[in-house]
Formats: sequence, C-alpha cells, structure tokens
Amino acid sequence: MTDATPPSLIVEMQGIVKRFPGVLANDHVDFELRPGEIHALLGENGAGKSTLMNVLAGLYRQDAGIIKVKGSLVEFSSPRAAIQAGIGMVHQHFMLVPSQTVTENILLGLDDPRFFMRLNEYDAKIAKLGERFGLKVDPRAKIWQLSVGEQQRVELLKMLYRGANVLIMDEPTAVLAPTEIEGLFQTLRAMVAQGKSVIFISHKLQEVTAIADRVTVLRRGKVTAAGVVTKGVTRQELARLMVGREVVFSIDKKPRQPGEVILDVKDLQAENDKGFPALRGVSLHVRAGEIVGVAGVAGNGQTELSQVIAGLRKCRQGEVILNGDRVNNRDTLYGIQHGMAYVPEDRTHVGSAPNLSVTDNVIMKKYRKPPISRGSLLDMGAATNFAKELKQAYDIMVPTVNTPVRLLSGGNLQRVILAREISGQPDFMVAVQPTRGLDVGAIEGVHRLLLAQREVGAAVLLISEELEELLSLSDRVYVIYEGKIMGEVKIASTEPDQSLIETIGQMMTGTPLEQIRKEGSLAHG
Amino acid sequence: MAESTLSKQRMPWRIKIEPRLDEPPAWLPAAVSVGAIILALILGGVLIAFAGGNPFASYAHIARASFGDLGVLSDTIVKATPIILTALACSIAFRMKLWNIGAEGQFIMGAWGASAVVLAPIVPAESSRWLFIPVMIMAGMAMGAVWGFIPGYLKAKFNVNEIISTLMLNYIAISWVNFWVFAVWTEGGFQMSPKFPQAAWLPRLSEYAKSVPLFRGLTTHAGLLLGIAAAIVLWFIVYRSRWGYEIRLIGDNPNAARYAGINITRNTIWVMMLSGALAGLGGMSEVGGVVHRLQTAPIAAGYGFTGIIVAWLAKLNPLVIILVSVLFGALILAGREIQPSGVPKMIQGIILVCLIASDFLLRYRIRIVRGEEA
Amino acid sequence: MDPIIILQAGVASGTVLLFAALGEVLAERSGVLNLGVEGMMLIGAMSAFSVTIATGNPWIGVLVAMFVAGLLSQVHAFIVITLQADQVVSGLALTLLGAGISLVLGEGLSKAGTVSLMPNFSIPLLSQIPILGPIFFTKQSVLVYIGYLLTPLAWYYINRTRPGLHLRAVGEYPAAADALGINVFRMRYFYVFLGGMLAGLGGATISLAVAPGWFSELTTGGQGWIAVGLVIFAQWDPFRAAVGSYAFGALRRLILDIQGPTVLFGMRNAFYYNPYLGFFLQMLPYAFTVIVLVIGSREAIRKRLGAPAALGTPYIRGERGQ
Repeated sequence: MTDATPPSLIVEMQGIVKRFPGVLANDHVDFELRPGEIHALLGENGAGKSTLMNVLAGLYRQDAGIIKVKGSLVEFSSPRAAIQAGIGMVHQHFMLVPSQTVTENILLGLDDPRFFMRLNEYDAKIAKLGERFGLKVDPRAKIWQLSVGEQQRVELLKMLYRGANVLIMDEPTAVLAPTEIEGLFQTLRAMVAQGKSVIFISHKLQEVTAIADRVTVLRRGKVTAAGVVTKGVTRQELARLMVGREVVFSIDKKPRQPGEVILDVKDLQAENDKGFPALRGVSLHVRAGEIVGVAGVAGNGQTELSQVIAGLRKCRQGEVILNGDRVNNRDTLYGIQHGMAYVPEDRTHVGSAPNLSVTDNVIMKKYRKPPISRGSLLDMGAATNFAKELKQAYDIMVPTVNTPVRLLSGGNLQRVILAREISGQPDFMVAVQPTRGLDVGAIEGVHRLLLAQREVGAAVLLISEELEELLSLSDRVYVIYEGKIMGEVKIASTEPDQSLIETIGQMMTGTPLEQIRKEGSLAHG
Repeated sequence: MAESTLSKQRMPWRIKIEPRLDEPPAWLPAAVSVGAIILALILGGVLIAFAGGNPFASYAHIARASFGDLGVLSDTIVKATPIILTALACSIAFRMKLWNIGAEGQFIMGAWGASAVVLAPIVPAESSRWLFIPVMIMAGMAMGAVWGFIPGYLKAKFNVNEIISTLMLNYIAISWVNFWVFAVWTEGGFQMSPKFPQAAWLPRLSEYAKSVPLFRGLTTHAGLLLGIAAAIVLWFIVYRSRWGYEIRLIGDNPNAARYAGINITRNTIWVMMLSGALAGLGGMSEVGGVVHRLQTAPIAAGYGFTGIIVAWLAKLNPLVIILVSVLFGALILAGREIQPSGVPKMIQGIILVCLIASDFLLRYRIRIVRGEEA
Repeated sequence: MDPIIILQAGVASGTVLLFAALGEVLAERSGVLNLGVEGMMLIGAMSAFSVTIATGNPWIGVLVAMFVAGLLSQVHAFIVITLQADQVVSGLALTLLGAGISLVLGEGLSKAGTVSLMPNFSIPLLSQIPILGPIFFTKQSVLVYIGYLLTPLAWYYINRTRPGLHLRAVGEYPAAADALGINVFRMRYFYVFLGGMLAGLGGATISLAVAPGWFSELTTGGQGWIAVGLVIFAQWDPFRAAVGSYAFGALRRLILDIQGPTVLFGMRNAFYYNPYLGFFLQMLPYAFTVIVLVIGSREAIRKRLGAPAALGTPYIRGERGQ
C-alpha cells in the first residue's frame, strides 16, 4: 500500500517483541514513521499500542527486534536517550510533578541550567516556545492549579523544549472535551507543518480518520494493518482489523417504564481533596428500572459526586435521598444497609483488597449478617460456599476462591466487584467508569450486568467518560461540567442522532442546555 | 526493577527478574526464611570475628546454653514467654499496618500495673493466689491497653505518626517505672521494690516436683500458658471473627475498608488497645513469673523490640509466633554470657535485615535466560 | 538557671538533632523513609569516638563517622530501593542493626578515657551582639557553626537548584522523573547515603562535642527518633527543622538546670528538694515530641500540606501502564 519509492523514514521498528510475565504484549511488530506525518496507532485496550510506544520512548526495552531512527540503529537504555534522539512521548497519565511549576517541570532532567535555577529567564523562554506552537500556558503556574487540557499542553511543551521531532501522543483525547480536542488537533497540525512527526495512539475510529495521514492497526500484539493511508480505508474496515470481527453493538435494551424515584440528589455542594469546590449544586434523580448516565470530561466532579452518594465524602450542602432516607454525611455503612451498591472507579485501590482472597473480597458487604456471620464470629464455610456460587454465576476465572485478587485480570476483578455488589440485591447502584481498561468481551459482560439490574427494577447511576457507552445503555443522560449539571437529555434509541451528540458535546464544554436551545431556536428562527 | 537485566544483553545468558503472577509454592516462604536466618548467622559470624570474637565458639555456646538439657530448655522457654506476648502484640497491630513499636513501653507499664496490685497494695498481702493472679493479669493488661490507647487515639483523631509516638512512650514508661522504684516502692534505697509475696507469683513447674520429679528445678512458669492461650485466642480473632476480618481488610486496603462501611477510627483505637493489653500481659507475666518484684533493668530488657522481629519472622501468624519466640528466647538466654555483649542485639538486627530482604524472593521470580529470547 | 546559658547550650545540643533531621529531610524528600536514624547516629557516635582515640584527630573521627553511618544507610537503601521491601520495617531493622554493631565494636570504649574534642571558639564581632551573640556565637563548637551554614544551604539546594528540583521530583512523582531520564534509583541511594552521613555527623557531634564519650545506647537516648519526629513537625523544611532542633536542645538543657537552684521563680524549687521528680522532667523531651507531632499533624490537615507524595513507596519501573 506504500509508495513504490518509500520516502526516507524517520522511525523504523522491526520485529519488536515485548513480553510481560504471562502476556505477549508485542509479537514481532513492525512500524514505520515518515517525517511530517501524523501516524495513528489504532487498537483496542490491551492490543499492545502503549507497550510498543513505550519501547520506542525508551521506557521499556524490547526482548527482540531493532529500532532505527533516521536510518541508523539505536538502542535506548532510558527515556532520556530516546529524547536525545528526538523522540518524546506524552503519556496517557501525565508525567508532571503537581507541586512544581510549569517551568520547573519542563526543565526537569535537563543539563541546562547547570546548577542555579534562574527561573525568570527560563519562564520567558518557555512562554515564547508556547506562542510558537499555539500552546498557551502560564509558566509560573503550579501544575495542580492547571486544567487537564493545560497540563497536556505542558507535556507537549516539555517534549518540544527538548527538541523532540517525533511526538508520541498516548490516547490524548481521552481526557479532553470535544472542543478541546479540536484545539489539540490544530496544535498537532501546526507541529507537523513545522516539520515534526506525530504518532497518535487511539482506539477511537472517528478521531483516527479525522487527524491521521496513515494508520497502523494492532490486535493482540500483532500488526493487522501497516501504514495504511487513512483516506483509502473505511471505518468499518478499520474496525474489523481492530477487533477481528464485525463490531455489532447489539445491546439488548428493552423499553421499560421507569418506576418511582429511588435516588434523589438535591443541590449538592462538596469540595475535592484539595479543598476547592468540586460540586456546585448538583441535582439529579434516578427512578427504579432506569439507567441514568452522567457524562462529562474527567475531573468535573464525577468522582466527588459518586463519593458523596456512597458516603465516602462529606458534602457541605444539599441532600442525597435514597428511598426516602437521607444518606449523605453519614457513614458508608448506612448506605450499604439501605440498599446502596457502589462500583468504584478505582478497582484496586478502593473496590478490592488486593492481598485478600476472592472469598474475603466478596463478603465485604455481607460479613455482618447471617449466614456468613454467626454472632461475632465468621462462618468461613458459608463464606466459601457463597464465593463459589458467585464464581459460578458470574463466570469469574480463578483457580480457587482462596486466590488473592491481586492475581486477577482487570475484567475478572471487575466481575468480582460487580458480583459482590449485585448479589446484595441493591435498590440503587452507582457505577463509575465500570469498563475502563477492560477488553471488548469484558466490556460486553459488564454492560449486560448493568442492563440486567435495570431489568430487575434497580435504579442505576452510570458515571462514565465513554459517551458511546452512556448513549447505548442509558435512558437519560445528565451532563456535568465544573461541578454543575449543564442539562439532561432523554435517549430514545440506542442509535442516537448526531445533533444529540453535538448538544451533549456542547454541554460537556460548559454551555448550559437552555442556552443551546435558545441559540438553536434563534438560528432556526 | 522488574524489567532490569542484570547482565549485558549480548551475554550467552542473563538473569531475568520478573514479578510472580501466581502464588509462590507453599514450601517457599519457610525455605526462604530459613535461608535468610542462615545467611544472617554467617554475616553475624563475620562481624563477631571482625570484633575479635570466635563465631564458632559463640554459636556452639548459644546452642548448648539454650537447648543443652531440660534445665536450660526450661530457661529458654522462660525467656521466650515475654517474647510470645510482645510478638502477639506487634502482630495484631502490624496486621492493621499500625506500626506499634511501643510494645516495650506497654510491656513495662503492664509490669508496673501488675506490681501496683501487690505494692500499692490493691489486693491485701495475705490474699490467696486465686485473687492475686487474676487481678494482676487485669491490671497488667489494663495498663498496657492505656499505653496503647494514647498513640491509638492520637493516630485516629489527629493522624499522629504512631511509630514516633509509641517510641516516645517507651522512654516515658521507663522514667515512670524508675520514679516508682526509686522514690515510692524502693526497698531500702535500692533501685527495686520489695519481693512479692509467694501468692503473687505465677506457679512454676518446680513447685510440682513432688509429684513429677522431672520438674525439679525447672523455672518455666504459668506465663507460658497465658502466652499460648493468647496466641490461640488471637488466631481465632484474626481468622475467624468479624473483627479480625475488619482488621485484615483495613490492613490490606483502608480505602476498601472504608468503602465496606468499616469504621477505621474506632478500629485503630481498639486494635492499639488490644496490642497494648497483650504486651501488658507480657509485663505482668514477667514480674509475676520471673522477677517477682518491680525493677527497671530486667523489665526494660528489650522484649518489646524482639517482639517486632518475631512477629515479622512469623509472618504475623499467632501460632507460628510461639515457635519463633522459642528460638529467640534461646538467642537471648545464651547471649547473656557471650562477649562482646552486643552480639545478640546485632544478630537480631542482621536476622531482621536478611528476612526483610528475603521477602523479595517471594514476590519475584528469578530466572536465568539463555541467549536471546524470542 | 541563666536563660542565656540554657539557650546557648540548647543550640549546641540541638545541633545533634539538626544534623540528623536535615539528613532525614533529604532522604524523605527523595521518597525514602529511613527510621534507622537512631542506629546510624549510634554508629556515628561510636566510630567518631573510637577513631579519635586511635588517631588523636577529631576531624578524622568526624569524617569516618559520617562515612560509616552513610555505609550503614546503604543497607536500608538496598532493601527498600532495590528489593522494594517495607520501609518502616527495614528502618526498624536498621536501628537494631546499627545499635547492635555499635555495641559490639564499641565494647570497652566507655572506659577509654578522654580524647581531644572538636574545637570551640567565638566569632569576632557577631559574639558582641546583645543576647544573640552569647547564645549563638560565643564558645560554640565548630560543628554548631557548620549547622548554621548547613540549614540555609539545604533549603537553597532543595528549592533553588537543579539537583534540588530533581530531588523533589523523585520524591513527588518518580515515574515522571524517570521518564525524563533522571535515575530515580541512583538519586534515592544518594540521598539515603547523604541522610546517613548527616545522621553520623549528628552522632559524632554527641561523642566529640556535646556530651563527649561513649555510653552505649544511652549516648543517643532516642534523639534519632526525636529527629524523625521533628521532620514531620518541620513539614520537610530545613528552617523549621532548625527551629525545632534548637528548641529541643534548649529543653534538654533546661531539664538539667532546673534541678540546680534552691529557689525557682521566687518559690521553693520542688525539683531541688525532691530529686525523684527529675524522672518526670526526663519524660519531657519525649512528651514534647508527641505534642509537637500533634501540632504538626493538625497543621498539615488544616493546610492540606503533606509529605512528599511518593514517601514510603518503592519505585517499580516498567510496571504495565494500562
């Protein structure tokens, strides 16, 4: 598919093998990058995209295979070596020190300044560099004061300041709102125009077709399409290359009449860990037999909202009413005892105890009641039986129920957590990012379980950053922006039209629904 | 680390270190611990030789002086008894990742509390053993619990680092006991209290020499039974009770515990009090079973610190603690006569260092890979 | 009971805490909690004293003390940085190990007699300043003056230099530092070594200046632990560490002096007439450490300050980032 006379390549990776214990992440992968192109690396979660690029960026060392930069063989012992060869990576999780300023972060690891920092001088330098590429950010600001989008700009500046010619962007749009994504694309185009090359890692087809010149597709550690020109290929083809079969989002969502209001959140105000306002008056409700989505770009108060509802965070004002009972600002136990289930965002740090067994993990909310508790003692026999039942019913792949859950894969761990939460037959469940980092099969499993909850008449609040997921599962979607609800939309079909998505996108960037409607009617009128 | 290769790439073989993805085989932890102890003894021997001693003589002496005959074995068990209790105290706190290194102070306060029953006196001097012993046990445990409550409360309410606070309370406990043995309960100006009446002694095996001649001269006392009983109870608490489940959950992941509706503040205080009470019971057992009076030096002999090592070596398992305590009892018993006098302490330090280091082998698999792996 | 003398002596004995605390600030800023300060101080005090006896030159004693304590700290460094073991337990082990080795190698040192100590002198002009002159600049050990220099240097180094920037990055977000080519492992080894050297210097300050001699474990008497507590109180800031150290030094001296006079504040001095009350005075530094921790912790909660974010956690490179 490439031209007959290939232009000089800036990066060549040949036969890259990278294995992790138990996983072959890259299986003889070839990859080529031409100067001045935007080359997308497409694949599902766990396909080996980030691994391949971490090898190129010097963070991992390949088990086999060679890397050439501008035709000469290189061996990167560290990220620094890669940067010196002109290759810089912007990771999915930003590598910025929150307590330091923008300038300090950019100067980190450089030989110049030699010893004394002379920050004023460098602040000016960095401000100038930012202007050149349209990356506006205050060099004196501390990282923790910046928005996610600004932090991404700092990451880019960091690489540009180091003279990177090849910029690897690992899922850069995951943390951005639709409008910010357009800004990022403009920056990327500006960089390419000034002679840089960009590798764009993504699992989102529409973004790849929108920005990339060529695309390489990875599936399960192997290349399924190498350097295909984006214009010459359809999205359906790419999707098939990515997942190995036709993707049919066959979500079996039956129409259902919602029942009475189970969860009622009124004018919630709360602070984040730093003491800044995170929720500024959130009101929403969820009825029985209804999945209600909360859409929004990461960091707009979703985490805090779920924590206040679950009782893990105190709120300053407002109420959370569950089945007519106030549950906010009491302890977590109160919610649990009143029919609340919670699938937290962070499976390993909140949702499970990694070194304890599957059994110990599934009885977390049941150990207080018979049959598992007998007075102040535990009936370990009953607990083991319960765990075995769940292992069977929820298809948890684990040798025995005594295995510590840290040895489980992400999908299996999520099944353990969902099994635990659902087995309590909750009236209400709040699930935060329940499919993050899971592979396609596991995602489908989670979606089925959530829909089953809707079937049996539970109220489900689904907080997610995946718009597609929200649109396909929810009956209604609220959009949250900077701790406020921008509006609420009904999802009539599983194939929502473009204007609805645009409306949600506008709300995600801070335009309230009334304003959108007003402007819409003005435009039409 | 996980991805580091220890030798150059072009070598015919290289050492590869990778994290274990499955549970290590059941025999491995024990084997690794034994290996670590052997390594520690070798390193200790080198240091003894460096300091001008003879390591072989030292170790032979330790073995002979602690397991040589029934009499010394009994003495070994006497030394092991306080360690069992302080190690149990440490184990339950460590289980919740509460770094109580104040078992020493809680032990001392327990000894003081038990002594106060006799010396204050709380119980009349002519009372029977059946009154003395239970009251002394309660007083010892109560004082230990108080000494555990303080850092527990400060940790729970103000997030005060318990490592420092428990350690500071050790020093305070020593000054406190010093005050009483110097100023209040001194026997004729000496730095010790008068001897307790026999009724306040924990029964010894030698008391039954009339019916069992084998027991003649054996110093093992009922404190051992207290230790074993405490270990069994603690085992049930940790592995078979609701409270123990909460403790294990908090210890492994406090966020998950909070998420499961467990009150961490309250558990912090209760576990520190239980820990203190166990150490306090150890102090009671020591004054009631061995010293028979309140005196600073034999009480503040470092049992609390040895308990830390033993708890760690036993992987916090209450029943294993009994076994390991006997080994350390032997080390301390025999160490008294070894020159230079710091040797037992140094060897304890080296053992602990080797043990912590050896844990690496349980978490990582070390493989030798031949050639380029493809 | 002259307040000037108490403060003057307090600055001298506070210098011990200051060195140890500054060393711990550096180690903790790099993300490594080293609870072995007490052990490192003991081995420092012992080797300073024994080398000075052997060579007759206290300067050599100080240098050897720093080196030996630094060497001991590397045991901890290896266990927690390379082997990724629990930092708390390893630190405890280091204290035990340091104390044990010092006792073994220091056998007989307590009867070794006197040695030449680090020189004392006054600073011209500065010692003439009223109140401050006699407290800070009159007849102090050269080590005390080194302490004055080291505090601002440490602050400047941490906050205003390139290696200081790297140090903070390694303690706050090691993965970020690693991605930019900063060798996290080497940096942590280095700062643990520096921390060990300073703890050794603190130990040498005891045995060669403040309370000359070797008195087995009583030489330090828990000052290493107090230093660790001070670091928390100081919020990892060298200047606050200095203030805390000197205050504690003054407290130690006050406890000694308060039992001297028969009359105190115009009243009959109970501490003179009942020397047993001295046991309660002895508790004070330890009790104050706890109080200082309460204050420090409450302040940290209120201001939402915190320890270096990566403190106490091993850095594991090449984890699957997904």
